Order: sequence, then structure tokens, then C-alpha cells
Amino acid sequence: MKTPLIAAGFALFASVASAETLHVYAPDYFASDWGPGPAIKQAFEAECDGCDLEWVTGDVLPRLMLEGERTDADVVIGLGQDETARARATGLFTPHGVDVTGLTMPVDWADDTFLPFDWSHVAFIYNSDKMATAPASFDDLLAMDEDIRIVIQDPRSSPAGLALVMWVKAVYGDEAEAFWAKLAPRILTVTKGWSEAYGLFTEGEADMVLSFTTSPAYHIIAEEDATKAAAIFGEGHYLYVELAGKIAGSDQPELADQFMQFVLSEPFQQIIPEGNWSFPAKLAAEKLPEGFGALALPEKVFFFPEEKAEAMKDEAIAEWQRGLSQ
Amino acid sequence: MLALEGLRLEQGDFTLEAEWRAEAGARIAVIGPSGAGKSTLLMGIAGFLEPAAGRVLIGGADMAGKPPGDRPLSLLFQEGNLFSHMSVAQNVGLGLRPDLRLSREDSRAVGAALERVGLGGMGGRKPRALSGGQQSRVALARVLLRHRPVLLLDEPFAALGPALKTEMLDLVDEIAGEAVVLMVTHDPNDARRFAPQAVLVAEGRAGAPVATGPLLDDPPEVLRAYLG
Amino acid sequence: MAARAEPVTRSLAGLAALVVLGLTLGTLGAVVWRAGGLGLAEGRVGEAIAFTLWQAAASAVLSVALAVPVARALARRRFVGRGAVITLMGAPFILPSIVAVLGLVAVFGRSGAVNWLLGGLGLPEVSLYGPQGVILAHVFFNLPLATRLLLQGWLAIPAERFRLAASFGMGPGAILRWLEWPMLRAVVPGALMLIFALCLTSFAVALTLGGGPKATTVELAIYTAFKFDFDLGAASVLALVQFALASCAAALAWGVARPSGFGAGLGGVVRRWDGGGWLRVQDALAVGLAALFLAGPLLAVCLRGAAGLFDLPLSVWAALGRSLAVALGSTALCLALALPLALAARRGLWVQVLAVLPIAASPLVMGTGLFLLSYRWVRPDEIALWVTAAVNAVLALPFALAVMLPAAREMRQGSGRLAESLGMRGVARLRLVVLPAMRRAMGFSAGLAAALSMGDLGVITLFADAQSRTLPYELYSLMGSYRMEQAAGAALLLLVSSLALFWLFDRGGRADAGA
Repeated sequence: MKTPLIAAGFALFASVASAETLHVYAPDYFASDWGPGPAIKQAFEAECDGCDLEWVTGDVLPRLMLEGERTDADVVIGLGQDETARARATGLFTPHGVDVTGLTMPVDWADDTFLPFDWSHVAFIYNSDKMATAPASFDDLLAMDEDIRIVIQDPRSSPAGLALVMWVKAVYGDEAEAFWAKLAPRILTVTKGWSEAYGLFTEGEADMVLSFTTSPAYHIIAEEDATKAAAIFGEGHYLYVELAGKIAGSDQPELADQFMQFVLSEPFQQIIPEGNWSFPAKLAAEKLPEGFGALALPEKVFFFPEEKAEAMKDEAIAEWQRGLSQ
Repeated sequence: MLALEGLRLEQGDFTLEAEWRAEAGARIAVIGPSGAGKSTLLMGIAGFLEPAAGRVLIGGADMAGKPPGDRPLSLLFQEGNLFSHMSVAQNVGLGLRPDLRLSREDSRAVGAALERVGLGGMGGRKPRALSGGQQSRVALARVLLRHRPVLLLDEPFAALGPALKTEMLDLVDEIAGEAVVLMVTHDPNDARRFAPQAVLVAEGRAGAPVATGPLLDDPPEVLRAYLG
Repeated sequence: MAARAEPVTRSLAGLAALVVLGLTLGTLGAVVWRAGGLGLAEGRVGEAIAFTLWQAAASAVLSVALAVPVARALARRRFVGRGAVITLMGAPFILPSIVAVLGLVAVFGRSGAVNWLLGGLGLPEVSLYGPQGVILAHVFFNLPLATRLLLQGWLAIPAERFRLAASFGMGPGAILRWLEWPMLRAVVPGALMLIFALCLTSFAVALTLGGGPKATTVELAIYTAFKFDFDLGAASVLALVQFALASCAAALAWGVARPSGFGAGLGGVVRRWDGGGWLRVQDALAVGLAALFLAGPLLAVCLRGAAGLFDLPLSVWAALGRSLAVALGSTALCLALALPLALAARRGLWVQVLAVLPIAASPLVMGTGLFLLSYRWVRPDEIALWVTAAVNAVLALPFALAVMLPAAREMRQGSGRLAESLGMRGVARLRLVVLPAMRRAMGFSAGLAAALSMGDLGVITLFADAQSRTLPYELYSLMGSYRMEQAAGAALLLLVSSLALFWLFDRGGRADAGA
């Protein structure tokens, strides 16, 4: 019991002694040993000359809101685009000041506070060994064989789940609730987070899972398994963008600026595809790993301005809830 | 030696009063109908029950506020006089040191006490391995070592056969020496045999000790019904 | 006539009570204070409460009802592997919910063993998803706990009573009526209440197997209010609702339970003279089915994880070390809290309520409250492991108390007066009387506390950083990064290490010669 705590005690003094420490708040998956965190830390520390990047992991936005002005954070990374309204409302962020020309994203980016660093689309992933023809639209999804089951995430606890209800709302508008009611028999279950849902899919319990168009890249590259694929819907897909922001009250403003610039630089962006299994926000297609070229992608994407998304959100969740509770 | 001054014990609606004294070496039987408060009297003297009024004095010292273990008395219950997880010797050793940190001297004393009650060489056994009579002897060996001026017996031998019980009472008498012994009993023969004096507990009072024989030969109304 | 506890014990018990209140109501107070008051929860709170109550009640009743024949069989039979079955009874209870769910899926899921069998027999498939799935999972988690609690009750009936019953020629029916029923009267309400409270705060299991938003529990509503709406006021109200529900259950159990009032025996091995013939078959069936039900999903976890076990990254082993350290610290603290409480408690309502507060506490609210109370003074990641150990200790306290309170009562009735009359007190009494008498209960409690701490993700998410990740945390990280194989390996490691800790402590308690 004592040793790690003593070590933690030393770490305290160590971090106080080091003048230049950048505290970056990030979600668990981002800063874990299997996320892009360690590589990004190494690359940034090589560049900033003697500084120390420290990941502070956990529930980023709730923690920031609890801490308010007292936060230690200098930079926050890993916010989803559906969180920006709440993040902005905290008043803790300051413009990123980064040139966003030349982004490799399917939409134009105009927000001067939140800086995109990667993106994907939400999509249903299936196993091509078990499912010969994948649905090509939501209507196809409804018309699937009776015994096909999909697993989705709860929009109230999972960003991907929230993206799904927004997607459905974007496609079906006022008919969203009816859509959910029709889909209900196909839904095996609703999980709290992405991990549980994806686990049920890889264990063979569900035929399809709500995930991202970039998910198959992991199986192709890390497992040399080409059977996992995203079902591409003709209606278009909801874009999922991850963002970084700079904290106004940072006590390391220059270092924070340097990090924000670093986010769109090539060393950072090259870590993203195989670190976070998504498309980098600014990286030429030819520099992507091979497996990413093989990914099926939608022609059309849904992406709403913050105010519109905020206005849709509560209604979309309520319709989901009503539709599935019938 | 033992004095009860204006003692009143209360348990819920039940009250018991006592006002008497007993001299060193006294052997007193506590008799009376079931539920009259014989055990309550002993618990009051032992300190498990704080008096609502009056005092308990032992050797002239007021016992008020003293926990049972600090009172100069020994107590044997109807059952549960031994710790089942301790050896016989440990159970006896508790009489010398409640923390069982026994010196070599102490251990010898324990051995001697066991010899005296006829259990020489059985110190290593667990109580479970002994007969009922032997278990009583272990408890008596502890009483012997504690060497307290008052000994309270709450029917500890009720479960033993007549011959064994007689044997135990003789042993108690021998071990107690100059101590005051109060013994709750339901058996008039035990009372006659062991205790020249008797206390009658009935109708909310524990009367002063009187000669046992006459009391039993010509019992008052309350006792007559009980003795049958 | 039982004497009051020693002043030291009572002070320590008061201190323990303060720790429990601080971590449960105190942390909630901190959240309310930060929220600037209470707020009304939006959405379908009534439905959430109704579903929560219903599933918790059904799970509790079913778990305890099924536990009765199992515990009875274990109490009156000696057979090869009985010890293994009893250890198995510690296992499901400690699994992180996601691991347990995947284990259940492997057995009861669409492509699981049960449906494969049913399909082979031409029978319709059973679905694991929906209310029945939630209850199945909760029974899987809690049947073992209920069995162990009832088994303790059975073993606490002094052997002398069974001998006496045999001497009267009492049959199984009479024994049930005169010996076992009074014991059940004393033990069952507490067990029901404990499991009810435990299922009240169920969240991930209820959601994953519940099949959709119909299965919304109060804890999910708290989670939503907190993380989605950031409405701390509403989250606090819901947390209060959860406390109120659990406290009512505790009060009810307290009102219904009757102490068994068996005197103390000399603690021999319980030998029974009743029950031959078809009762033997019935007992064999009860134990066999329960073992199969519990072992199936666990076996699935083992088979699934075996491959990944040898492919685990170093950080998982480091996390295992941290988890073990936290579990040991948490166990020590839990016993230090539980022992004085158990010794000082008389038949009071306060100790019942105190014992239910930690289970009814929302881990999310507790973690947030602790964070709010500490972050101004210390960096959260520096106290992450301490906080985890402390919270786990308090979360395990209700289980420790459920086991230790009856043992303490038996001890008081049995040897308390004798120890008192001999002037044994303080450390000597603790060493010579209390610890030996409580050893079995303390061993079992320690096993539960250690294993619970191993498996609990609890409040760490607001505190932890890469340097203080525990094994369950690491497991979720692996799953969150597509590494399902390694996650399965980590799950197996978690299962094995938790069980080993449980077994060691429980065994240590039972090693007491003959008693």
C-alpha cells in the first residue's frame, strides 16, 4: 500500500520542482497506454524542450465544471462536438488561435474556441462473414431478417449513443419516434458505454453494433481481420468530431499555445490513426496507414451548428426513450 | 464482610430490596420461588446490575460504579463458565491474570489448583473433552486461584447428578474457606447440606439470612407452595 | 443483563459511525452545497423509481428464496468439495459488472450454452435481455451472498440444539419449525434488505441486460443528471431518494427481524440426525444446481481469458499490484470500522441504518463529494489510492456488519458475562475472547471486503491518473481500446486474484480448531 503512495508523494514534489508542466485533461481511453496519449506526450516533450506534459484523465467536462476557475487544466482534449455548448458555457475557454486552413475534414471548421483533432462517423459495424449483405439505409435496417440483433449505447451516458439519436433525428425528423418504435424489436440491448456494446458484438452476441466508420481499421491493421465492416447508409452519416480547447486561466499560457499548435502538426496528427483509430483532422490522405484507405465511407455527412444541435438534443433523446419504451 | 445497605434493584417493573450483612466464612443458600429474583440478587451484588438505590459493601468498601471484574468476588453461572476455545489450563489461568500473561510461577499455581480439584495433568485439554463434573471442577479451580472474599454461585451444578453435586458442594466448601458463599439453589437438600444459613427471596424482598433448618422445616406461606 | 460495551469500544464505534456518515451523507452534503441547493430531476423519475424498486425487490426475494435450500443443504451435509462450493459462493459477488455480464452472456446469451442446449432439444430460446435478464444477473451476484449469510445462521444454531432435537425424535418438519424457522426469522430480513439495497444502486447491469430505456434505474438517472445535464441539485435529490428507499428497507427489516435467542453452545461441529432419503436428493439437487448456475459463467470467463492471460502488458501487472495493495488496506480499515460497531451495537435501529447507507450511496455522488471536499487542498491523483481504499472499506462495511453483528451478539450472550466477571478487558479481552469468538465472522468479512475492493471501480474515475490505475480500471481501458482479448485476460486475472484473496481470508477465519 505504501510504496505507490510514497512514489505519488515524490511525484508531487517532482512536479512542483519542474517549472514547466502542462496539465492536459483527457478521457481515459485517450491517455491510456493503448491510446495516443503516451506517444503524444513523448512527441510534445521532444519539441518543447524540457517541459513536462501531464495527462489528467477522467470525466473531463464534469471535472472541469466542478473545479471551475480553480482548475489546474491548461488544455482540455477529447471533447465531443455535442459537448461544446456546455463546455463553452463554462466560460473557462479562450480562443485557440490556431490556423485551421487545410483541414482534411468533410466539413468546414469555423469555431475559434474548439479545435478539431480527429473525426469519424457513427456507423453500424457488422461481421461480413455472418452477414452477406449489409443494410444500406435505415430502411434496410428496419427490413433486416427477424433474428438480426443490434446493440446500441444509451445517449444519456455515451457520446456515441447521443450521436446516434441525433443522426436518426437528422434523417427522420418528426418521424424519429416512430422509427425507434419500429427498430425496438431489433435492439438486443442498450449499454452504458461503447466498451460494453462493442464487447457484446465481438463476443458474437450481437450482429451489429453502433460504433464508428473507422472501427474496422483496428481489426484490419492490428488483427489482420478484414471481416469487420461499417454499413454505409445512403442517407448520410452523423459526423463525430473530437476537439481540444485552451483554458483561459492557464498558468502556462505559452506552453498551452504551443500545444494547441502542436495538435494540428504532423507529428501529432500521424499518431491519431493508429492511436485513436480515427481520421486525423489535418493529414494528407497518402500519409494515412494503409488500412484506412480500404475503409468504406459515406458520401454525405450530417453536421449541425452548435445551437441547432443543442436545440435538437433533448427532443431527440425523449423520442428515443418514448420509441423504445412502447 | 458482605453488606447490603438499603439495596434496591430494578429491572423494568420488577424490584428487589435487601438490607442485611454476612460475616466471613458464611455459607448462605438463596432460596425462593422461580422468578422471585434470586439471580437478580446475585447479579446486583456482582455488578451486572447497578442498584437503583442503596449500596453493596464488600470488606467495608462501597462497590458503586465498580465493574464486575474489579469487585472482590468470584461468580459461577448456571452455564457458560468456561471459554470453549481455550484450554483447561488457560481457563484456570484467567483467575490469576485476565490477560493470560502467566509467569512460570503462575503456571505452577494453575497446575497445583488443577491437582487440588482432581484434574491433575488435564490442563492441555479443551473443555469440550471433559465431562460435566470435570467442567465444574475447572471452574472451581479458577475460583480457588482468584481467592476472593465473596463467592456467588448461580446454580452451577444444577445439571449434575446427586452424588456428583454433593461432591462439588464439598469441594466448594473446602475451596471457599473464609469467603462468604451465596448459593442459589432449588434443592432443599443442597441448602440443608451446604448452607447453615439461608436467604429467602420472595415478594420483592431478599430477607436477612436465617438458620436454614428451621426455615425449611416451618416454611412461610410463599415458600410452602413452592416447596410443595 | 448484557453489560454495556467498554468506553473505548464505544468511542471507536462512534468514530466509525462518523466515518460512515461522512463518506455517505457528508459527501452528498458537499454535492448539495456545491449545487447551491436541491433541484427537481427532469424526465421520468417516477418510472425509474418504480422499476428500481420492482427489480430490487424481485431480485432480493428470489436470491434469498433460492438460497434457503442451498444453505440448508450446505449446513447439514458433509461432502467432498463442500469447501470449494463455499468458496465459489464468494466469487460472483466480487466480479466487476461487465465481466459478470459477459460471463452470463456466454452461458445464457443468444449464442450461449443454455440456448444451444434448448435449440438442440427443439425448445424455444430464452432471452437474457429484459427484466428477466436483470433479475437473473442480480440473482447470480447475490444468491451466493444470501447463501453464505443464511449458512452462517444455520451454523450459529448450537449443535446441542440439534442433539436435543434428535433426542426428542424431531423430524425435519419439526426441526424446521422449532430450530430453523426462528433462525430464518432472525437472518432472512437482514439478508433481504442487504440485497435489496445492493440492487437499488444497480446501474450498468440493469441497463445492459435490461434491454433499453424501460430499464432505467435511479442510479442511471443520477448519472444522467450529473454527467449529462450537470444538474448537481437534481442528482442530489435522486441520491436522497435512494438513501430514503434503502433506509425504509432497513427499518422494515429491523422491525420484522427477531433475534433468534439461541443460547451459546460449546461450538462443536454441527452434526445432524435428520434428513435421509429424498431429503438427501433434494439437498444434492440444490447444491448441484446452484454450483452449476454460479460456475458456468465463471468458467466462461476463465475459458475466454485463458488465451489473453499470457499476453498481458506490464501495466496490467502493475495495476494488479496496486489493486492488491488497495484491497489489503481497505480490508484492514473495513475490519477496524466494523469490529467496534459490531461490539458496541445493541439491537438499535441506528446501526441498521448505518449499515445500509453505504450500499445505498451512489458511487458517483460519493466520488464527486470527495472530490469537492479535497481538490482545493490536494491534487486528486495523489490521494486516488487512499480514497479508493477508504471508500471500498466503507462500501464493504454493510457486508462485514451483516456477518459480524450476529457473531458479536452470540459472543455477548455466550461469553460476555464470563469475561466481564473475570475482569477481562481492553487488549486482553480483545485478544483472548473477542478475536477468537469473532474469528470466523471476521475472516469471512475480510474476504468479502478484500474481494469487493479488488473488483470495484467505485469512485476512482474522478481521481485516478495513469500512475494510480487499479486492475478493473485497466480492464475497462483495454476494452475501450478494442483490446477485447487482453481485456478478457485481465478479467480472468481479476477473478483469480479476487478469489484467492477471498479464499485466504475466509480460510484463515475458519482454520480455528474445531470451532
